[in-house]
Amino acid sequence: MSVFDRAYDDPVRVLDEDGTVVGDVPDLDEAELVGIYRDMRLARHFDERAVSLQRQGRMGTYPPLSGQEGAQVGSATALGETDWIVPSYREHGAAFVRGLPPEKTLLYWMGHGDGAKPPEDVRAFPIAVPIASQVPHAVGGAWASKLRGENDVFVCYFGDGATSEGDFHEGCNFAGVFDTPTVFFCNNNGWAISVPRERQTRSATLAQKAEAYGFDGLQVDGMDPLAVYKVTEAAVEKARDPPEGRLRPTLIEAIQYRFGAHTTADDPTVYRDDDEVRKWRRKDPIPRLERYLRSEGILDDDRVAAIEAEVEKRVADAIETAESVPRPEPRALFEHAYAELPSELEAQYAEVETLREEHGDAAFLGE
Amino acid sequence: MSDTQNLTLVQAVRDGLSTELREDEDVVVMGQDVGRNGGVFRATEGLYDEFGGDRVVDTPLAESAIVGCAVGMAAMGMRPVPEIQFSGFMYPGYDQIVSHMARFRARSRGRFTLPMTLRAPYGGGIRAPEHHSESKEAFYAHEAGLKVVTPSTPYDTKGLLAASIRDPDPVIFLEPKLIYRAFREEVPEEPYTVPIGEAATRREGDDVAVFTYGAMTRPTLEAAETLAEDGIECEVLDLRTISPLDREAIVDAFERTGRAAVVHEAPRTAGIAAEITAILQEEALLYQEAPIERITGFDVPYPLYALEDYYLPSAKRIEEGIREVAGFSP
Repeated sequence: MSVFDRAYDDPVRVLDEDGTVVGDVPDLDEAELVGIYRDMRLARHFDERAVSLQRQGRMGTYPPLSGQEGAQVGSATALGETDWIVPSYREHGAAFVRGLPPEKTLLYWMGHGDGAKPPEDVRAFPIAVPIASQVPHAVGGAWASKLRGENDVFVCYFGDGATSEGDFHEGCNFAGVFDTPTVFFCNNNGWAISVPRERQTRSATLAQKAEAYGFDGLQVDGMDPLAVYKVTEAAVEKARDPPEGRLRPTLIEAIQYRFGAHTTADDPTVYRDDDEVRKWRRKDPIPRLERYLRSEGILDDDRVAAIEAEVEKRVADAIETAESVPRPEPRALFEHAYAELPSELEAQYAEVETLREEHGDAAFLGE
Repeated sequence: MSDTQNLTLVQAVRDGLSTELREDEDVVVMGQDVGRNGGVFRATEGLYDEFGGDRVVDTPLAESAIVGCAVGMAAMGMRPVPEIQFSGFMYPGYDQIVSHMARFRARSRGRFTLPMTLRAPYGGGIRAPEHHSESKEAFYAHEAGLKVVTPSTPYDTKGLLAASIRDPDPVIFLEPKLIYRAFREEVPEEPYTVPIGEAATRREGDDVAVFTYGAMTRPTLEAAETLAEDGIECEVLDLRTISPLDREAIVDAFERTGRAAVVHEAPRTAGIAAEITAILQEEALLYQEAPIERITGFDVPYPLYALEDYYLPSAKRIEEGIREVAGFSP
């Protein structure tokens, strides 16, 4: 029986909160399992350091992801090499799995445009801030891939709030009509800033919205990285090579929680109580997988310590790299608006340089 | 000399699309009713039969996804040509146009470019229902990262459309539907381009420079002929591209005449005429001999059609506006 043949409100599970196996464990070797653990630790540690950098005034507003590592890492690990992710603005952990250097993410939130330029060999779209607006892009990208006979799969990330947006509906609808190899991955963390999931829709689940578009939808325990891996792998496989009678797209509703604020500018104590946070912290994806891997003899204290050290060094190096990048030259303001700089923009740039030559950068930056 | 066909403007759109579909397999035409139906104005007639449903795609009725999916396709290197059936229905896709179509190159520092051309018929005068007559080119000219093109002849339509589709950056291609079938012109069968960003001199004259584009080009030329009978010679410049404006040609024409009028059917406030006036203030102030006249649509919501002839600049209104400029003495 296919993983897709289940009730919409019956989330796929593999590990329970204690790391006990409660479902079929996906076929992953030891290195892959440790890889998921390490990448979640990387995402968590990165997140903690990033929030701290913001608090210290070393970085601008930042959207934390802690609690959502299982969904991000589990899903991104399930992609093939030529597949793409189309993220919103919180999927740093998924992007790292795809090969985005963490210093890129830091640079972006430090206000450097280069942070939104994924390296050529990283198959990730740039961050999309307007909610759900990236959903049609993932459909268009997948559509192009299908038209060219490549069938690379496009995994689109968005939150529960995004499912109320028109672009979510329009994107899913096009994906169904044109049967594009798209996986719609909803990070349902329960809150769209302060608005709870119940305020987004009277639909009993988000997963069931897929039915109206003619393709599969299912829930998964988004705090269980192995369950997330399992459903994403199945969805990716179906997108690439659908069996008779099923459409390529899938809507995955990954039920999860953000432990922290919406962004560093947000105070979640205003709208949710500590009991709820405590309840969800018990479902933390990282200790859950760690317990399982220890029980399987795959992890022990030494290996965990080595991973911790590796992750800490990677993040420290990324911070050092990002902070050593100087402010870009003002030319960067203009150079990517068009393929060729129009003469009017050349003239506007000249205004900047003339003032600079006369008064230095103080003319712009103040004292 | 290559063979030509005698085409209307809308037939030149069709011919341009057909030529580019043939030239480049990455070109895809998509939108509502563009396939089997051939477009509500027949702009895609026959293309579905010739190129098939994968390249001439009837989409669901959803402007945001039409633009947004084209963004995703273009990011993958295809050259989508989405059509919005009337420019008055571009607004559901406006977020995609402004937040993504215009910015993808800048956001990704050149990693992703969007070689896409968003076509839409625009403008009034065809006795259409509400929302079918607006001219909102200034919205798009205001948005960095976009180019905005408005042809006024069949020859330019095919050449500018080819240039837009081949351009590495996103283009808003606004077609003056009032003159879709107003006249014919010899159009080469061969592929060719007309460069984006270059205005065309439609009439030479030394007294007043008149800047216009799209469907207003014809009544402006008509007014110029009437004025010539009274000895007022107008230089009529068809801008052809709204963004980037051909500043050089605009300033040059003004320096030779010292007097200018701008004609467009879009509302006056914060319109293209205001932009041109500002350019002339900046670059040619000392040549100026008279206030610059803006002959435009009014700053009111576009009316239902019983009143649209009062709203749109007519040849008479244009003539009288230019007369003011020509007759001004300090």
